[in-house]
Amino acid sequence: MRLKLVPEQTSVNFLGSWRYTFSISMLLMVLSAIAFFSIGLNFGIDFRGGTSIRTEARQPVDVAAYRSAIGTLSVGDIAISEVFDPTYGPERNVAMIRIQAQDGDEAMTPEILAQVELALQEVDATLQFTSVESVGPKVSGELVQSAILAVVAALAAVLFYIWLRFEWQFALGAVAALVHDIVLTIGLFSVLQIRFDLAIIAALLTIVGYSLNDTVVVFDRIRENLIKYKKRDILDVMNLSLNETLSRTVITSLTTLLALGSLFVLGGDVIRGFVFAMIWGVVVGTWSSVFVAAVVVKWLGVKRDWSKNDSDKGGTQFATGD
Amino acid sequence: MLQIPLWKRALVILICLSALAFSLPNLFYERVERHNDAVALMELGQDGADLRADRALWPEWAPSYLVNLGLDLRGGAHLLAEVHVSDVYADRIDGLWPEVRDRLRDERAVVGNVRRMPSDDAAVLRVAVSNPAGIDRALEVVRELARPMQTLTGIGARDLEVRREGDEIVVTLSEAERLATDDRTMRQSLEIIRRRVDEVGTREPTIQRQGADRILIQVPGIGSAAELKDLIGTTARLTFHPVIRQTSDGDTVPGPREVIYPSMDDPGVYYVLEQTPVVTGEQLVDAQPDFDQNSRPAVSFRFNPAGGRAFGLYTAENIGSPFAIVLDGEVISAPVIQSHIPGGSGIITGRFTVEESTQLAILLRAGALPAEMTFLEERTIGPELGQDSIDAGKIAAIVAMGAVLLFMILSYGFFGLIANIALMLNVAMIFALLSLIGATLTLPGIAGIVLTIGMAVDANVLVFERIREEMRTARGPARAIQLGYEKALSAILDANITTFITAAILFTLGSGPVRGFAVTLGLGIITSVFTALFVTRLMVVFWFERRRPKTIEI
Repeated sequence: MRLKLVPEQTSVNFLGSWRYTFSISMLLMVLSAIAFFSIGLNFGIDFRGGTSIRTEARQPVDVAAYRSAIGTLSVGDIAISEVFDPTYGPERNVAMIRIQAQDGDEAMTPEILAQVELALQEVDATLQFTSVESVGPKVSGELVQSAILAVVAALAAVLFYIWLRFEWQFALGAVAALVHDIVLTIGLFSVLQIRFDLAIIAALLTIVGYSLNDTVVVFDRIRENLIKYKKRDILDVMNLSLNETLSRTVITSLTTLLALGSLFVLGGDVIRGFVFAMIWGVVVGTWSSVFVAAVVVKWLGVKRDWSKNDSDKGGTQFATGD
Repeated sequence: MLQIPLWKRALVILICLSALAFSLPNLFYERVERHNDAVALMELGQDGADLRADRALWPEWAPSYLVNLGLDLRGGAHLLAEVHVSDVYADRIDGLWPEVRDRLRDERAVVGNVRRMPSDDAAVLRVAVSNPAGIDRALEVVRELARPMQTLTGIGARDLEVRREGDEIVVTLSEAERLATDDRTMRQSLEIIRRRVDEVGTREPTIQRQGADRILIQVPGIGSAAELKDLIGTTARLTFHPVIRQTSDGDTVPGPREVIYPSMDDPGVYYVLEQTPVVTGEQLVDAQPDFDQNSRPAVSFRFNPAGGRAFGLYTAENIGSPFAIVLDGEVISAPVIQSHIPGGSGIITGRFTVEESTQLAILLRAGALPAEMTFLEERTIGPELGQDSIDAGKIAAIVAMGAVLLFMILSYGFFGLIANIALMLNVAMIFALLSLIGATLTLPGIAGIVLTIGMAVDANVLVFERIREEMRTARGPARAIQLGYEKALSAILDANITTFITAAILFTLGSGPVRGFAVTLGLGIITSVFTALFVTRLMVVFWFERRRPKTIEI
């Protein structure tokens, strides 16, 4: 028996209450902005410099003992957190220790690092240092810049491409959806205080890619139907297009979520934050294709006459040859 | 209606088969790696039963390209160093002084006596002449020393700037020369770091220049970043200076053109030396760990002819005076010259252990770094953590794959099976491409592959959904299949091109882990479009030609 998640013919009125759905999105964006400015992101050492040490021990992690051991060395602010993972047995106790950036441009000197490691091993002789990373403040500042640059460049490139392939209204709609996704992701990371590092930037850009993928598929169908039904109301055409692509939207989101879900549970704690960002991105990306991108296009209005050779008006379609 | 020319069919099949062949070695990673190592060693002329056994682990004719594993998967050390390129200006200016002095001495009748004046900035040479009336002539003479430079922008640019400040002649490097010097310094530093890392013989180190004055060094398999830093962080600048006097007061202010350096082994002992060395380590051609007459570890060295001549001349003229051997601002030893040393070879004794003398010989042989470095970023990843990540990534990928395969069969039945075969070919293609271009697989890269597994079915889903729709209206299944592919094309291309754009931007602007992710994501997009448009289509056509079904269930 075939699994049919979506019936063959649906006529959900997606945009019937677009005022409400759009307001929800706007509200969430405002809340995200508030969270970002009041709580702020929990930046990793990539972005604010400092040293992070991953320890593994046979005995349970004693955060207080670790803290007092390092505290005597006066290396500044330290943050210690235990790492939990379903695949670790009782013999494996992992902790992450973060030490603030030291003075100067440099990463932590080997001498201080050796002292820290020695002090920790006095607490627990079975302690091993499975990874030690140190980033000087000079580099971290540059990493922030290049990360912001990457996101802005991606948005600009997408804006340009969609404008080229569709119409400017679609381009603005797609970018509005992407900004929505990014803002919501940053908001969630602020609220949950998940560590925000370079890999999360990669996740953000993948969210951009995924959300875009979704948006473009919907837009493509809207364009097709706008040509087909020249006289129908734009809201009707959009609803029709959303219904026609609904089955594909659901299936693709589900396969992607299946893959990401297994990575989230089984992929280890090192990339869990990264995968979490992407799962969230798939969810908001799918939402925004419908309730942000399409609504913005509707708002801006769109030309209804696609029948002529429109090479002089910007929109071009790939030849659907043989 | 569903015709695909024979050559196209053959090409698609050929691509799929080669993807399988080139991805296969990655399934036997350890065996192939040992085979490759053995082949590389045997090409260098080594031989032995072990090597032959290792080589036999993988057939000679089979493809043996492997995906490089990144530091986060293999374990190792990563350093980002900043080279103090401006250090070199001072050396250049210092080296200029004897020449300036000699030229002006020839003009003594006009300019009078010549004196080098102290300067706050070591990259500035200040010279005073005793006859103020001759200063213009002196300027002229010194300007003749400036050589024209070949640059892309400045025509007639010269390497030195000579100007007058009061009674002094001031010589600095020109802007163009500074840039050229920076570039030379970076290239030398890269070369020397490479030689030092190679001397230790670790596998596949990455040593790259980044930006104007940075060097990225990644060495897999090394125990810690601190170890790597010891190896490449030492400048290893060896110089030989005439000793002016020995003192126990470290605060002694040295006279003009003099320096004070501490002794390496005896605390509280300092030497006041002439600042300009007689010979430097740059003139060494060889250095080997050795033992002195008393069988204590030492390092023997040999100069090139120019260095040997200068060294011989100096020792002949200064028999009975002490002479300091200085390494990176510390005096290793200051022996008294016993006799003229011709031939340009000698031995450095100090209180070395055997390890220290071996390390020093390596550093001297590889050459001194032209400038000091500071380390802006350092990361050590333990091999156990890397292995854990590989294992976790593998399991996650297998489970993800299984879930997606099952879901696709449940949703599309036979067509789902076709999409699944395409999906597996897709993963094989990603690995084949990664191996062929020698890309590095990182942990985020594995995430990229898993994400691709999820997203790769998208193109197929778009086609299948379209075929479903067309089945309702079209005349017969063949027409529906054809229309399905045609009409889905625009959506597939648009959706994937936009995602590919973000992958490309990630690759150009990102660094480290982000890049690894961008590579697998980008390759995944290319292969998934290929498999959806060509491979599944070919499979559907093959099936259709054999069965000729009246209707299809999708």
